[in-house]
Amino acid sequence: MAKKLISVKVNGRTHEEAVEPRTLLVHFLREKLSLTGAHIGCETSHCGACTVDIDGRSVKGCTHLAVQCDGSEVLTVEGLAQGSVLHAVQEGFYKEHGLQCGFCTPGMLVRAYRFLLDTPNPTEEEIRAGLSGNLCRCTGYQNIVKAVQYAAAKLQQTAKEAA
Amino acid sequence: MNAPDRLAALQGMGDSRLRKEDARFIQGKGNYVDDIKMPGMLHMDIVRSPYAHARIKGIDKSEALKVPGVIAVLTADDLKPFKLHWMPTLAGDVAAVLADEKVHFQMQEVAVVIAEDRYAAADGVEAVQVEYEELPVVIDPYAALAPDAPVLREDLAGKTSGAHGPREHHNHIFTWDAGDSAAADTAFEQAEVTVAEHIFYPRVHPCPLETCGCVASFDPVRGELTTYITSQAPHVVRTVVSLLSGIPESKVRIVSPDIGGGFGNKVGIYPGYVCAIAASIVLGKPVKWIEDRIENISSTAFARDYHMDGELAATKDGKITGLRVNVVADHGAFDACADPTKFPAGLFHICSGSYDIPAAYARVKGVYTNKAPGGVAYRCSFRVTEAVYLIERMVDVLAQKLGMDKAEIREKNFVRKEQFPYHSAFGFEYDSGDYHTALKKVLDAVDYPALRAEQAAKRADPDCPTLMGIGLVTFTEVVGAGPSKMCDILGVGMFDSCEIRVHPTGSAIARMGTITQGQGHQTTYAQIIATELGIPSEVIQVEEGDTSTAPYGLGTYGSRSTPVAGAAIALASRKIHAKARKIAAHLLEVGENDLDWEIDRFQVKGEPARHKTMKDISWAAYNNVPAGLEPGLEAVHYYDPPNFTFPFGIYLCVVDIDRATGETKVRRFYALDDCGTRINPMIIEGQIHGGLTEGFAVAMGQQMPFDAQGNLLGNTLMDYYLPTAVETPKWETDFTVTPSPHHPIGAKGVAESPHVGSIPTFTSAVVDAFAHLGVTEMTMPHTSWRVWQQLKRSGVAL
Repeated sequence: MAKKLISVKVNGRTHEEAVEPRTLLVHFLREKLSLTGAHIGCETSHCGACTVDIDGRSVKGCTHLAVQCDGSEVLTVEGLAQGSVLHAVQEGFYKEHGLQCGFCTPGMLVRAYRFLLDTPNPTEEEIRAGLSGNLCRCTGYQNIVKAVQYAAAKLQQTAKEAA
Repeated sequence: MNAPDRLAALQGMGDSRLRKEDARFIQGKGNYVDDIKMPGMLHMDIVRSPYAHARIKGIDKSEALKVPGVIAVLTADDLKPFKLHWMPTLAGDVAAVLADEKVHFQMQEVAVVIAEDRYAAADGVEAVQVEYEELPVVIDPYAALAPDAPVLREDLAGKTSGAHGPREHHNHIFTWDAGDSAAADTAFEQAEVTVAEHIFYPRVHPCPLETCGCVASFDPVRGELTTYITSQAPHVVRTVVSLLSGIPESKVRIVSPDIGGGFGNKVGIYPGYVCAIAASIVLGKPVKWIEDRIENISSTAFARDYHMDGELAATKDGKITGLRVNVVADHGAFDACADPTKFPAGLFHICSGSYDIPAAYARVKGVYTNKAPGGVAYRCSFRVTEAVYLIERMVDVLAQKLGMDKAEIREKNFVRKEQFPYHSAFGFEYDSGDYHTALKKVLDAVDYPALRAEQAAKRADPDCPTLMGIGLVTFTEVVGAGPSKMCDILGVGMFDSCEIRVHPTGSAIARMGTITQGQGHQTTYAQIIATELGIPSEVIQVEEGDTSTAPYGLGTYGSRSTPVAGAAIALASRKIHAKARKIAAHLLEVGENDLDWEIDRFQVKGEPARHKTMKDISWAAYNNVPAGLEPGLEAVHYYDPPNFTFPFGIYLCVVDIDRATGETKVRRFYALDDCGTRINPMIIEGQIHGGLTEGFAVAMGQQMPFDAQGNLLGNTLMDYYLPTAVETPKWETDFTVTPSPHHPIGAKGVAESPHVGSIPTFTSAVVDAFAHLGVTEMTMPHTSWRVWQQLKRSGVAL
């Protein structure tokens, strides 16, 4: 199948790659770029394990073509931490026991990251609705809610200190 | 540091230590099977049957082999020379690896395509032409036993007995029973009151978020096979692979990498694994196979599908005198349950529950149908969920018949604290329990009388827009399989194991026969060692899943890790502790009996300043041991449990049902669990939240409906219900601690209790909402549609 050349900025680094037009974004990330953080759980965009951030929106990588990302900026779980400093959502999931098997976690984190940018001071109901595109089979969500609350508080604190 | 600080620094048992495994998962650095890449690796995909029962007239590979990137197509005929087209199941049956002459269920594996990448493999699957001749389909297990029912398993023609005794019909697998039939019959003949109810526990699927898969890599030069596999029991897989392939077990290495949830789905050995291994052996290259979600739900192990007839005999004032149970179990096309060999119905005979029932009898009949094989323990010990559901439903039915409160009847029939160890009518020895105290704690916490008063007021108001239901379950589980005199898998006793090495500088590594799938073993196992040996958790590495390094163990399922492997850790630690004492006595020039153990050190009795810490002792173990003692500081322990453990719980749920829509809202769910000694309260609570949520999913939405042609009407996550954060209720948790007297650290296991216990609690609550209208049973799942139908039937829909 004829390949198409695309240029995508992933976690701050530009990649130029030739891909089959049918290549799914999640396969492009996992197999071409060896970024295996985004996982595949359902292939029908229900579970959200493949969630990445494209140009400021949460997107499910299993139902998005790599060629659709030509010229886009993509953020994956691997791009959340700054060097050895974890992002507040990563810290929150760790501190509040917001993960067990870890398979949904990268998608949850990337979604929580975008959700908190859009909704910096969420209620519990807003958190639950905001993460409802991401399924978790292990935690029952209660500690995920706490993790997002932890991250929200920390991000607000950091913003206050910076101001 | 003073003693309390030293104790805290260990982060031993009882500490809500944060998880050691999280660092990799939150940074996208987990290593799940689909993350594994090997040089030259090929991809496999599977051609599956669209029919539930059909004869294969022919398979044409020619077009598939022309697809760019396709390397090979394998069918049953290709596997026949290696005798790999059928394989033994864990239940003593055989299962087709690739369909041999006919297919027995929809989505059965018919052929595999091996290609250079996963897209080419999928193209190849599309191009394989299979000609089928449809055969009559049997979906209902009762219909399967009709005299003129179609013969499903032609390969078993003439076999009048199977692995579990005589077969009475061509679609019959086994009949298993427990208890005393005559005594139970007598109890019923003499009973003042009897109740009977048909209770169907529908077929559901464990549906972990990561599907099943493997990467098989055969090295033709060395003759060695390495397979990375999503397995909850890698050592058992190694034994089976060796037996099937003829490769010596010493040259087979099975590695379970990080696993994205198991819940029983990843215990079995699936055709995809066998085909990937066979393909790697034939092609001499690594072969990866990863299921998609539709394949996972359609073909890898389901759970439940138990059709149960329960009966209770009782006195007029509610004392239960007898229990009888008859079950027809739909096992699908092949008997591939993952139960201990001697228990084709698992531990279903825990179905006398938390109650002192003098006479009991249970009989389970296993039946073939045109559905996928399985019957695994979905987050429970073998068939324990079905058993608990049965008895808890029946006790509710009896309470309704007698007009008794469901708390009162339970209290009246509980095994009393002083009766432990308690011998049940089915032959179990319950290790410990205090059900009355736990029940009182829950009823007080929720103000049960106030809830009942509120319900009565709502029932009295014809304009009330909701029906209120209160569910109560007081369950006992049996976990920790198990004593090898009773439990084995393929003849291997169900012990588990631990090897600990303490390094010269005082850190340690523990290798285990189990494998974590989210339970946090790398965190909690280290805590046991920390407490036993005085080595900080932080410097203890826990490794599992690699059969080349870990001691042999039976794996993680059936809440057996803490009851079995946890005991192995404690006892391996104690071997090291005993040696450490000898070294300390040598270093301090005193007798062993002159030493006291204190947190992380041995000190001379009455002279705490004269001591040697474990760090000192570790160093000395490698350069200064007493004469006659081997250097080094390590131990291995294989733990064969003397008995199962019996965790229990008291769960209460309040629901409000919208009379106009049937929508059922869980207002409150209060879960008290007693798992004996608690190793890490944070992780326990997390496990309980997760189990309750899975229970909620099963009770309120999960189902695998089939049409008459055997089509599974819902095998994606569009149809198969996994609740989101929005529908999932908020959980309240509580606990009591009744240690197991026979377990080295008193721990019983916990992860499955919330699944096992919560499912009947939801049903108890939903049925309770209709109890005043004479309703005694409603079949799961309690979706709005089904509940609305009940509202209509009961004449209370708005």
